[in-house]
Amino acid sequence: MSLHSSEASQQWDDQAATSHVLKPGELDLSHKVILYLEDISVSFDGFKALNNLSLTIDAGELRCIIGPNGAGKTTMMDVITGKTRPESGSAFFGQTLDLTRLSEPEIAHAGIGRKFQKPTIFESHSVFENLELAMKTDKRVRRSLFAVLADGQRDRVADMLRQIRLAEQAERPAGLLSHGQKQWLEIGMLLMQEPKLLLLDEPVAGMTDDETERTGELFKSLAGKHSLVVVEHDMAFIEQLGGKVTVLHEGAVLAEGDLATVQNDQRVIEVYLGR
Amino acid sequence: MRIPFIVRFLKATPRKGWIALGVFAIVALVLLPALHLFTAKDSALHVSDYVITVGGKIMCYAIVAVAMDLIWGYTGILSLGHGVFFALGGYAFGMYLMRAIGHDGVYQSDLPDFMVFLDWKAYPWYWSGTGHLLWALLLVLVIPALLAFIFGFFAFRSRIKGVYFSIITQAMTYAFMLLFFRNETGFGGNNGFTDFKRILGYGITTPGMRVALFALSAALLMFTLLLGRYLVTSKLGRVLAAIRDAESRVMFLGYNPLWYKLFVWTLSAMLCALAGALYVPQVGIINPGEMSPANSIEIAIWAAVGGRGTLIGPVLGAFLVNLAKSWFTVAFPEYWLFFLGLLFILVTLFLPQGMVGLWRKLRGREHGA
Amino acid sequence: MRRRLLKFLLCIFLSSGVPAWAALDAKLLQQLAADASDEKIAAINKLAQTGDADGQGQTRREVLRVLKALSEDALYVADGKIVLVDGKRVIDAASGEEINPAPTERDSIDINNRVRRELASALASLRLFSPERETRFAAAQELLDHVDAEMAPLLVRALATEADPQIKQLLTLADAQLGLKNSDPTARLAAVKTLAGSSNPSVKRLLVPLLDKNVESDERVRLEAQSSLKAIDARLAFADKLSRIFSGLSLGSILLLAALGLAITYGVMGVINMAHGELLMVGAYSTFVTQTLFRTYFPGALDWYVAAAIPLAFFAAALVGILMERTVIRWLYGRPLETLLATWGLSLVLIQAARSIFGAQNVEVANPAWMSGGIELFANVTLPLNRIVIIGFSLCVLFLVWILMNRTRLGMFVRAVTQNRSMAGCVGVPTGRIDTLAFGLGAGIAGLGGVALSQIANVGPDMGQGYIVDSFMVVVLGGVGQLAGAVWAALGLGVASKFLEGWLGAVIAKILVLVFIIIFIQKRPQGLFALKGRFAES
Repeated sequence: MSLHSSEASQQWDDQAATSHVLKPGELDLSHKVILYLEDISVSFDGFKALNNLSLTIDAGELRCIIGPNGAGKTTMMDVITGKTRPESGSAFFGQTLDLTRLSEPEIAHAGIGRKFQKPTIFESHSVFENLELAMKTDKRVRRSLFAVLADGQRDRVADMLRQIRLAEQAERPAGLLSHGQKQWLEIGMLLMQEPKLLLLDEPVAGMTDDETERTGELFKSLAGKHSLVVVEHDMAFIEQLGGKVTVLHEGAVLAEGDLATVQNDQRVIEVYLGR
Repeated sequence: MRIPFIVRFLKATPRKGWIALGVFAIVALVLLPALHLFTAKDSALHVSDYVITVGGKIMCYAIVAVAMDLIWGYTGILSLGHGVFFALGGYAFGMYLMRAIGHDGVYQSDLPDFMVFLDWKAYPWYWSGTGHLLWALLLVLVIPALLAFIFGFFAFRSRIKGVYFSIITQAMTYAFMLLFFRNETGFGGNNGFTDFKRILGYGITTPGMRVALFALSAALLMFTLLLGRYLVTSKLGRVLAAIRDAESRVMFLGYNPLWYKLFVWTLSAMLCALAGALYVPQVGIINPGEMSPANSIEIAIWAAVGGRGTLIGPVLGAFLVNLAKSWFTVAFPEYWLFFLGLLFILVTLFLPQGMVGLWRKLRGREHGA
Repeated sequence: MRRRLLKFLLCIFLSSGVPAWAALDAKLLQQLAADASDEKIAAINKLAQTGDADGQGQTRREVLRVLKALSEDALYVADGKIVLVDGKRVIDAASGEEINPAPTERDSIDINNRVRRELASALASLRLFSPERETRFAAAQELLDHVDAEMAPLLVRALATEADPQIKQLLTLADAQLGLKNSDPTARLAAVKTLAGSSNPSVKRLLVPLLDKNVESDERVRLEAQSSLKAIDARLAFADKLSRIFSGLSLGSILLLAALGLAITYGVMGVINMAHGELLMVGAYSTFVTQTLFRTYFPGALDWYVAAAIPLAFFAAALVGILMERTVIRWLYGRPLETLLATWGLSLVLIQAARSIFGAQNVEVANPAWMSGGIELFANVTLPLNRIVIIGFSLCVLFLVWILMNRTRLGMFVRAVTQNRSMAGCVGVPTGRIDTLAFGLGAGIAGLGGVALSQIANVGPDMGQGYIVDSFMVVVLGGVGQLAGAVWAALGLGVASKFLEGWLGAVIAKILVLVFIIIFIQKRPQGLFALKGRFAES
């Protein structure tokens, strides 16, 4: 896929401008693990949203996370992206980057992209502009003030527009897209960031079966070069993705393994079906 | 090959915009000054002192309205304290004007009359250097910018948003008003600065000076519009609008909203300050009343009436509201507040996009029909 | 001393036989104008005796009046009569009747210092033994301010008979002041000890010189003076603190009344009502209208107009609030910044309406008699009754609001909408009606705040303008939708700003409070009593 040739971005970026912008440091994948969460706890007014959660994601892995409402899936993503600070525990991106000390933009810069449960795009901007804003580049004020879109960058946006099948809508305000299209646009924005790790919160909610299947194909093709964490309720979709599955319950990991194993786990059945 | 910045800056404004600016420039920089200076007072073509002064004053207001729109209309941050930047700019330039009075004050002292009245023997330290026009102009820009930067840094860093931010800016201008009301602050207390005599040795009430200030206001307004146009069409402008619409997404894309907000906030404050500095010699007075919360909130209504999120809207709004004010306060002074109050209510209820929005809607309907 | 006692006994003796006179002895009065000082003094003393002899009434007052006039050089001889001159009026000293037309010629009665001294002690004695408490109190206070060695016997006498503890304390202090001048160190020591019990700032002036070796030779007295001074300082500081806390609480209770309503509307609808201060104004003007109605129709019950104003102000403000919600605010739901501007517009309209109806000037709202005056805590600390009543009133309102919010169905709905509007809507809470009712309630409470405010501040069209920022600060500090938070924030802000005012002046205090709040929001954006969790952030 052309969007992963970072040639264009290197042309654009003034020498290594990105590397010290938000002092992201180097992502160190020497142990083949991209994300460590260890004993993370978060509570709101006494309610434990995360309770000593520990989880590791390997580089290039495609991980699905399931769990009933209130299991802590969204809170976990908040912790990884710096929106919520854990009360205890540690969160590392690669071997060296302490996520609990970085701000949201710094984490995004380090290479974690996040898709929200509710598609969050810039509704008054055109589809093209949405992707342009997302594109990996120097995102400091001074650069933005004098930025000119290079031809290479324009091509990258055009490629992405084709890939998410929104080329026809490029100049329309994003707010006018259908729900499924908005989901795709958001995924497209995520990919424009060229993240190492993608966090996807219910990415196929509101999509047609056809769209869902294409999304699944896309995700599978991304795995390997990227690591993906997908939170979903749609079991068919998870089955299609075919990665390892983690079940969260009451803020902690209940079970882990491939889908079939997990589905036959007695505790999982109890949690989902109740007693 | 890179296109030079200046070319891009000028190209940001479309042809139609340049034509409008050209017409405005001819009227404001050539026609009106000429009609004021070179026609007889009783001639039908004569442009009176009143028109020049009120026109210059309202152009200063228009600059403030555009500055407000950059932060409110484009970035979604409603400031209810922009009057403080305007007034600080005015006070900074006012210090120069006060020193330029020289010995022509009532007490014929080295010090301004209000200091003599307070029995002060020397200028306080922060007045030093203000006798030089350039230093005063530097203060005009730096002081409000510094205040805006520090205030904005703390407010934006702790993610104070929406009504919280608005009220806090109101509290800020209120606090400054109280501070400047005090005689001990050293800015003339209640009465502020007035009775200015000259700038660079030229009398402040001479027709030439009047016209010069008027033309400067017009030039600054045009520059503000060009700058605004470049900003909102640049990538930075798109980031600002993105912050307005979905700030968390902006953050997760790797932009730090703090610096973006701070940039436009400080820039907006500096534009206000420049407008304030031009305003003071034209109206001949600056006092703490300019910092009252009511004044600052009125700025918002200029932008709202004309149409926020556009650049021409605030200019139109500033002109319309202030012309209405001039008319009302003479014809029906007791109804002005009713009018202004209803304007606030009706515009927010029925004209959220202001007059520009209304115009677009009407035109759109025509096209549709 | 003995002579005085004799005189005193004589006067008692005389008084038993002589009937109470309605008028004064003209011959005695004539004697006041005699040339010889001795005769004058004799007349003064005799007059004083007749005055003293008359326990309650007329004569004492008349003698006092005449002697006072003499001491103020307002006693003259005209047409052979002794007359008092009071402004333009000329009054016959003997009969107390006004002489009309006033005599054209009159000679003043001159007195020398010796006479003056006698006169002063006669006057003091007449007043110190007056049956009226106020007169005695005033006389004792005057004595405390400048006591004279001559007065010593009088003081001792007064101390023996005085029953009122407050006056007695003043007299004791005056006596101690005399004691300081005693040549006997033991007497001085005792006096210094007595003075330690005072909380009167003027006493400090007396003690300070005693620290000097050249003034006070006895070391024990010096040491005692030092510890007495410390005791007085401590008491004064305490009294000062107490009065600051009190005025802070009183300011806080007003802030609380202003902020309670705002907290409810902000909590429920998420909008700041910039016209909230004008709802206070509506309440205050309602009080004014009630007062006018009472003056016209029920002048007998005027003292209770405030009680009638409470419901009236509540409903008037609530009605205005409900109208505002229905006509404007409802249509701006989800656009908080526009709501800010629209409600600002509403506030302008309300201000101008008040100006058009009641005039631009402040109107006069008087405290009812039972709210005037104050409770004296120390010599220099008086707690005004109206402020005490207001503190109590706001506590009552707070209690009622608490009941309403926690014990009624409406309150439950309001809390539900505050926490999660859409969920509340889903489970069948009529959110639209709750908005209106909550807004009415918040406005009504502001109206009550207006009633309270009318009793301590000026009532005018602009009175509400200053309150919106302050009450919003309380809401910010306290946290949205938190009654307890609002209470602590209001009282805390009130007390803090009063203390700062004492140290730094009102303006700097105000600025510091604002700066503090800005810094506070940095640390605790959700207020003192934060709602945490996923709903708190959106």
